[in-house]
Amino acid sequence: MGSYSTTNRANQGHMPSRVSDGNQNWALDINSGMLAKMQATDASPAIEFRDVSYCVEGTQVLSGFNLQVHSGETVVLLGRSGSGKTTSLKLVNRLLTPTTGQVSVKGVPNTQTDVIHLRRGIGYVIQDVGLFPHFTVERNIGLVPKIEGWPAERIRARVRELLQLVGLAPEIASRYPHQLSGGQRQRVGVARALAADPEILLMDEPFGALDPLTRDELQREFLLLQRRLHKTVVFVTHDLREALRLGSRIALMEAGRLVTVLTPHEFLRSSDPLASAYVKAFGDGLESAANRGAS
Amino acid sequence: MNVIRFILQNHEQVVELTLEHLWLVGVSTLLAALIGIPLGIVIAHRPRLNKPVLASANIIQTIPSLALFGFLLPVPWLGDRADRLAILALTLYALLPIIRNTYTGIRGVDPAVLEAGRGMGLTESQLLFQVELPLAVSVILSGVRVAIVISVGLATIAAAIGSGGLGEFIFRGLAMVDDRVILAGAIPAAILALAADLGVGWLERRLQPR
Repeated sequence: MGSYSTTNRANQGHMPSRVSDGNQNWALDINSGMLAKMQATDASPAIEFRDVSYCVEGTQVLSGFNLQVHSGETVVLLGRSGSGKTTSLKLVNRLLTPTTGQVSVKGVPNTQTDVIHLRRGIGYVIQDVGLFPHFTVERNIGLVPKIEGWPAERIRARVRELLQLVGLAPEIASRYPHQLSGGQRQRVGVARALAADPEILLMDEPFGALDPLTRDELQREFLLLQRRLHKTVVFVTHDLREALRLGSRIALMEAGRLVTVLTPHEFLRSSDPLASAYVKAFGDGLESAANRGAS
Repeated sequence: MNVIRFILQNHEQVVELTLEHLWLVGVSTLLAALIGIPLGIVIAHRPRLNKPVLASANIIQTIPSLALFGFLLPVPWLGDRADRLAILALTLYALLPIIRNTYTGIRGVDPAVLEAGRGMGLTESQLLFQVELPLAVSVILSGVRVAIVISVGLATIAAAIGSGGLGEFIFRGLAMVDDRVILAGAIPAAILALAADLGVGWLERRLQPR
């Protein structure tokens, strides 16, 4: 009896403390301190740019940039080359640091998180894919899980799952990147970004270098994927059609500034001169292309 | 055919001098790799250091070898033993190809691959050991290969300061005006150089990514 009651007391003493430990860890994970905890619980945007500017060698690449990206939505940054789209993206995972202002990820200023930890929680897909040429597809996809110390069997299962998710045959796992087509490589790039199941995905013109058919295929699959996974996505493109198709909202950028943020439907009817210029340019482009095809 | 008879008659000495030669080349190349590869990595990551480091290695390379051996002779601890001195000089000569190839190999890694790696949350050292070095390894090895071939030749000259090695036959043969003796040093040296070239070349191809 005596021993029973002591274990019982020990349990009672232990249980609540474990719970509070868990809470503390959770708070620490996001950030230390109450403020962070409150911000995080208060449905804060997944990503928030606050008065962000970025200068490099005296050139203002980005200025007065304010944008909130909500959890589960796809925000497309649309603009011409040099408008600051890629810069904005790199500010999120701290490949660049803002000159002034602040970028918050999940309610916490990203400069207050360990940069490696931050990046592992954000998937990153770029146009040139950047697959490791000396690794097989399997090792490419499984690299972050491996570094994070997952057991080999779990990594293998995850790789198989991801290959299926992005529409690739399991045999591809043992191939090297140079043995793949452009479309396959880009799919592997997406799978790699999803490997550790990040909540946020940054995509920098991921389909820009693909032929139109493959691009169309991948765009369609992206939509299907997004319907299942509900990631928070920031997607950079200069292709209006792609933006309209994939975006929940479109952030139109020009010369380092955010011009306007609109849903695809609003965008098509927008009276904003730049937005209507885009619509016109793409409309004209289509018309002339059709005319050229007829003649 | 006289040469072969001479080598066979003196095979013990040929073997001994070949081993001495291998020792000089082996130790100096190892030292040069231990210094040159990290140095090459550093200058690949810090472009500012690249010019001064490569220029210094270049200048060393232009000093005539006999002169360098002579300069080093009065240095206290080094001058005590000829093989120390020879190893230092050979190390200095081997630095340039190793530093330069390490630099070139690492700079040659596709920037997109590095950016993707960084964006995925690899630390700088993970990036170096898992990505940069494996991708640069064949270029680095080809630098080591050049360094070895240079060293095998230069080490024969080190015999002039009494460090041993196959150069002893060559200098003795020159003094005696006897071709057989010269060739007894030159032929094994050439074979060494070729063997090293083929061996490291094979390794280079084996480790080549893709």
